[in-house]
Amino acid sequence: MALLEVEDLVVQYYTEDGMVRAADGISYEIRAGETVGLVGESGAGKSAVSRALLRLLDGTGEIAGGEIRFRGRDILELSADDLRAIRGNEIAMVFQDAGAALNPVYTVGEQIAETIRAHEDVTDREARDRTIALLERVGIPKPATRYSDYPHEFSGGMQQRAVIAMALSCDPAVLICDEPTTGLDVTVQAGILELLADLTAESETAVQLVTHDLGVVAELCDRVLVQYAGEIVERAPVDELYYDPKHPYTVGLLAATPRLGDDRERLPTIPGMAPDLVAPPTGCRFHPRCPYAEDCCANRHPSLVEPASGRPADGDPDAHVAACLEYTDDLEGGLDYEVQVRDEADNSCRERKRHGEPR
Amino acid sequence: MNDRHTPERGRIRIVGFDDDDNRSDNDANGDYDTDGATPTGSSAGPTTTAETETMGASTLLQPGRRLENAWRQFRRNRSAMAGLTVIVGMAVLAVFARPIAISTTEVTITLQPFSLAPSDPSATFVGPANAPPSLAHPFGTDWAGRDQFSRVLVGGRYTLSIGLVAVALALCVGVPLGAIAGYFGGWIDEAIMRVVDVLYAFPLLVLAIAIVPILEPVPILGSGYWTVVVALAVTGWIGYARLLRGEVLSIREREYVTAARALGVPDRTIIRRHVVPNAIAPVVVQATLNVGTVVLTAAALGFLGLGLEPGSAEWGAMLAQGRSSLLRGDWHITVFPGLAIFLFVLAINLVGDGINDALEPDQDGGDDRRRMR
Amino acid sequence: MSMSLGRYVGRRLAITVPVLVGVTALTFSFVHLLPGDTVDALVGFRDVSPATEVAIRTEYHLDQPVWNQYLLWVRDVATLEFGESPVTGRDVTTTIGSRLPATLALGGAAWLLALAIGIPAGIVTAVKAGEPADELGRIAALAGIATPNFWLGLILLFVFSVRLGWFRVIPPDAPLASVATAKFLVLPTITLGTAATALVMRLLRSSMRRELDAPYVATARAKGLPERTVILKHVLRNALLPVVTVAGLQLAFLVDGAVVVEGIFSWPGMGRLLVRSILRRDYPLIQAIVLLIGVTIVLANLLVDIVYAILDPRIRY
Repeated sequence: MALLEVEDLVVQYYTEDGMVRAADGISYEIRAGETVGLVGESGAGKSAVSRALLRLLDGTGEIAGGEIRFRGRDILELSADDLRAIRGNEIAMVFQDAGAALNPVYTVGEQIAETIRAHEDVTDREARDRTIALLERVGIPKPATRYSDYPHEFSGGMQQRAVIAMALSCDPAVLICDEPTTGLDVTVQAGILELLADLTAESETAVQLVTHDLGVVAELCDRVLVQYAGEIVERAPVDELYYDPKHPYTVGLLAATPRLGDDRERLPTIPGMAPDLVAPPTGCRFHPRCPYAEDCCANRHPSLVEPASGRPADGDPDAHVAACLEYTDDLEGGLDYEVQVRDEADNSCRERKRHGEPR
Repeated sequence: MNDRHTPERGRIRIVGFDDDDNRSDNDANGDYDTDGATPTGSSAGPTTTAETETMGASTLLQPGRRLENAWRQFRRNRSAMAGLTVIVGMAVLAVFARPIAISTTEVTITLQPFSLAPSDPSATFVGPANAPPSLAHPFGTDWAGRDQFSRVLVGGRYTLSIGLVAVALALCVGVPLGAIAGYFGGWIDEAIMRVVDVLYAFPLLVLAIAIVPILEPVPILGSGYWTVVVALAVTGWIGYARLLRGEVLSIREREYVTAARALGVPDRTIIRRHVVPNAIAPVVVQATLNVGTVVLTAAALGFLGLGLEPGSAEWGAMLAQGRSSLLRGDWHITVFPGLAIFLFVLAINLVGDGINDALEPDQDGGDDRRRMR
Repeated sequence: MSMSLGRYVGRRLAITVPVLVGVTALTFSFVHLLPGDTVDALVGFRDVSPATEVAIRTEYHLDQPVWNQYLLWVRDVATLEFGESPVTGRDVTTTIGSRLPATLALGGAAWLLALAIGIPAGIVTAVKAGEPADELGRIAALAGIATPNFWLGLILLFVFSVRLGWFRVIPPDAPLASVATAKFLVLPTITLGTAATALVMRLLRSSMRRELDAPYVATARAKGLPERTVILKHVLRNALLPVVTVAGLQLAFLVDGAVVVEGIFSWPGMGRLLVRSILRRDYPLIQAIVLLIGVTIVLANLLVDIVYAILDPRIRY
């Protein structure tokens, strides 16, 4: 049994324009110690999924279906007290904007210490000592002095480190990071990523990393889930996702990532606009933007299958599955893309795989 | 960092996804707001919700559409519409209470011949003095035997007009001063704001009270009416100046203003198209709510005997006799004029709240427009 | 590090000085803006003997250039030398001094009422937004703001004093700090405090609703803090800041209210004094009262700014 299992999760929001399904039947699992990335464009609903895990949906959001099992217990069925015991203690969350995540009128140290006090039976002194140790562990210099500083006196990177310290203060089993490096300088980003990698490896914490940044995913994750329009469209171990992407959307994401040394004149993009989640496209939700779409794509909704065999995904988390009609032999034209790997040593271009042999 | 090396490592490049030959007429996609809004991109770039929201807020929808949206939103607000109905109703009653005529020595033009009020509000002893409400006199009579009902109806004229005119005058002074102070800054800003600070040190009523004896003998202000109006306008403009200045200050720093400047748009145009439309919303709300405050203050002045000439049918003045008549047990003299003030101010507040919600929707759980991540 | 509190206070003081100057100048000019000769105004438009006229001229330095007059007046005022009221003949300072405690008592009681009821009500309606309790609160608040305080006072007086006889109609002949007086103060306090309570409640509610959407609230919940802690420790502390800012305005508001409410209940305070002075054209007294009010409000706002800086660490930065 995995540490965290999400099954058929449906999250919806009521907006002026209608009901938006941020998550429409999402299933995945996270095992102890592994880092799973959740990737997608802004607006795909990734944050909604993360918030749903702790029942922290804001505004008009609600969980309309599915189960979220943590160590076998359904989070959605827990009482308020039980839920509170899990939050911060067993499952912790790091929000995107660290500065905004901290209460401006209390010191950073106090905010971390109160987390410890809320879950463990410690004296104020002990909580304070542990906090200072945490601050030091996350790389904040002069932790004892900084304990009494206010959030606005920290730089962006330091704020993020403090928030990470806060999340890890009670040694949770699962850490959910929602875009932890977005908005930070690149060098600061690198530091944060390194910190996250160190800390989670050290304490065997499982991590769900939500981001749109494929670079971050490559650094930290063991496995990746690609989300589009409220659905998981591809799931794979990280290397396979990069070197052997199966779903056109994933291919598009990879193609659109700017890279040093790219000598093309124009950066490829995924054509079209982010999907309307009130009325998503019929059939495959990606079909309006897919360069390889055919007529059947608008009519049949693809489910997650193993690309090699076309068999439906069987729940093996390490299997590489994708939701495209190509893999159930329904497409005529095939997917006409190619992953080229440039060997760093000799700079020549070696073709790795070619798809799209016409039938 | 972990041990999952695959045999081949190196830099990945995707070929064949969106190359030039694959590209269709995708340049025509997307909704471009014609007013120069940034198109929502289709790349997986880091567009955070915060950024998106800022872009959305700064995109200036055509003014017509914005007003239309606001009006629709307002219409949906039941209490706001109720308030509006009450005010319109009161206005109608005030206009049609007694005939309105303009007369010169030769001609008398009757603008409005209807008379909803049964008697002339200043006619004394149309009934017994201090009579409780009856069919003949629905609101009773006062100490001079005047019909309260007529007086309340006609009194609406003073109240509504004082409220509107005083606020309008205050706006005419406060808005330009506030905008200038906010936009140009520097010593102009300092000077204007010091004046505002000094005036702010005095409460509204106290200041109005102090101004009244100064204004009284000024010839054009003749009767108490204009004295009251000017006193209230002089005390009222400071609020708008401060408010507008604050708004202009924050808008001035926003990215779309900087962008407009960078594009070489002249100051004049920036103020007109970008600053004012975005700054005006809170001022409109404040002004609406202030009509209520002004009315209350005017009534207080009347109550204290400092407003219009004694004996006029202004609601506050009618309450001036309230205490003595109450002690005698005549409650009707107090209740009805006060009720009228209460209703009007309540209605104005509902309308003001409605405008507030329509122009700047509350993120109050119900109206969630947040984009999702 | 952030600017020290001391430096912040210093800066605020520096701004306050010109404002005080303005306030005194404005009040000073009041008497001189009145119609007619200033001497007439100062004697209340009565006929007085030439000797008295000369005495007035000397006392109020009327023969000096305006600037000197102003400075001399400020000096006089700073030593609480307001001269005599032409109407009552009594020393202005003494007159004001005798009425001040009464107004302070009433105003203070109303302010406390506003906080004691407004803050809890604001919290409850914010937390239970959309529920019937919130709707009820909203209506009550709107009614409280819309009710003219003099009308409310009259009605309360009528119902509870005249008809039901629970309270006296005029203040008892007892010292300020006595049970009888305290009991009498109930109705005036409610009258004066209702609008202020409504404002505090609405302001706190909207402030809390805004804070409840802030990311740090989600973080606090995600940390597993009990909801009570989240609301009372995290949200309230931030939400009270705008209410503190408004506290200075509240003072002005209460002064305005006192002017009318004292009259209704025959409460011997400054408000009633001001009204009587206006009606009797007792300009020196009016001037003194207005000055006192102005200076008090400016200083109170300064105090509020300092308290705000203590509460909000960001301001000092």
